[in-house]
Amino acid sequence: MRRVAPGERVRVSCNVNGKSYSGFAESRTLLSDFLRHELHLYGTHVGCEHGVCGACTIVLDGRLARSCSTLAVQVEGADLTTIEGLATDESLDRLRDAFSRHGALQCGFCTPGILASTSHFLKHYPNPDEAQVRDMLSGHLCRCTGYDGMVRAILEFAEGASE
Amino acid sequence: MKPAPFEYCRPETLEEALSLLSEFGDDALVMAGGLSLGALLNMRMVRPEVIVDINGLETLAQIERVENHIRIGALARQADVLVSPDCVAALPLLIAGLHNVGHYQTRSRGTLGGSVAHADPSAETPLCLVTLGGEVELSSLRGVRRMAAREFFEGALTTAREGDEMVTALYWPVLGEGTGIAFEEINERRGDFAIVAAAAWARHDGDVFQCGLGLGGVEDRPVSQVENAEGTTEEIAERLASQLVRDLEPLDDRRASSEYRRHLAFHLGQKVMRHALEGAIR
Repeated sequence: MRRVAPGERVRVSCNVNGKSYSGFAESRTLLSDFLRHELHLYGTHVGCEHGVCGACTIVLDGRLARSCSTLAVQVEGADLTTIEGLATDESLDRLRDAFSRHGALQCGFCTPGILASTSHFLKHYPNPDEAQVRDMLSGHLCRCTGYDGMVRAILEFAEGASE
Repeated sequence: MKPAPFEYCRPETLEEALSLLSEFGDDALVMAGGLSLGALLNMRMVRPEVIVDINGLETLAQIERVENHIRIGALARQADVLVSPDCVAALPLLIAGLHNVGHYQTRSRGTLGGSVAHADPSAETPLCLVTLGGEVELSSLRGVRRMAAREFFEGALTTAREGDEMVTALYWPVLGEGTGIAFEEINERRGDFAIVAAAAWARHDGDVFQCGLGLGGVEDRPVSQVENAEGTTEEIAERLASQLVRDLEPLDDRRASSEYRRHLAFHLGQKVMRHALEGAIR
């Protein structure tokens, strides 16, 4: 059984976007802070820090996780995908392009989390309807776009991918 | 918005986890998906000495048929239950409720056991469990006990769980074929905490309907009523909803006054009860 005492700093090793990373964390270090401050992967954004806004969403062992509501010590040996991995994923080239053309982002603060969710969602629902896309997007707060551009971009990408 | 210091423990067996709870009792908190506990830790609304991370206990994620119940392990993720063929076929009310739990993102790691142990008054999983007359399995080094969900929930974030116990499974009664169900809730935003949530089931049995109606978010815990009723669907729905709402003392907060909650609870309760009755195959 792994035990980490209060205040103790331990090494945490995990795979992020297919590469091995390692850094130090206390038991109470949030995964979002670990990614940014220890691994220097600043693409994961931190908004509300209580699991509501969705900005810090990442993929953890095939499941979506709010990295602000996950402890760094929990990801020992885990596989993570963050926006840095999604940004270079060629299968998502057309999705990023569609986001750009449809005005699916403006300031871009929420976008890393939304792309993490969208990539996971489209693996499970390759041919979503608009209601399903809107339901998925309800787990993210975006104060710029009003979401319409995202809905259009995701639907267009899914239609193109299924052709 | 950072947690206060605590000791982190990641047991590899249920026995190790229960030993920790036996040693630390109420000073320990169990973490499953972390979707509720993470927020409480970050806001320092809880400051446990020990966090027991049960994500390594894969056996706690099993879903199995046990006689006329489906036993869902405490670590089963909401997203997995939503696509479990057994649950989809036998627990349509739970499935309908789960679609309202948080968001696509939070259901990915969020667990049913965590929601029940957390006991938020507006949570959908506790409401469905109470409405269906389900049970909570509690394990400790002293043994295993099963408790009716109606007795388990004692108030907001308060349950009958003893400090050395862990919620290890939920027992969901299987409704027979032809049972009608309905679930609906009202909230400010999709996926937000329900101001009022209503769940209902109904089964035709000779000249009478066996039916159940539950309400969440109205009082500090889910409430429900089961009855054998005669009459038209409209009559039964109105009678059950008004009976259930009559003696409640609804919560009063920034989102809804007590009076408005009672109004919503009656109309939403009546509506879902009617839909469940209409869905029951004669």
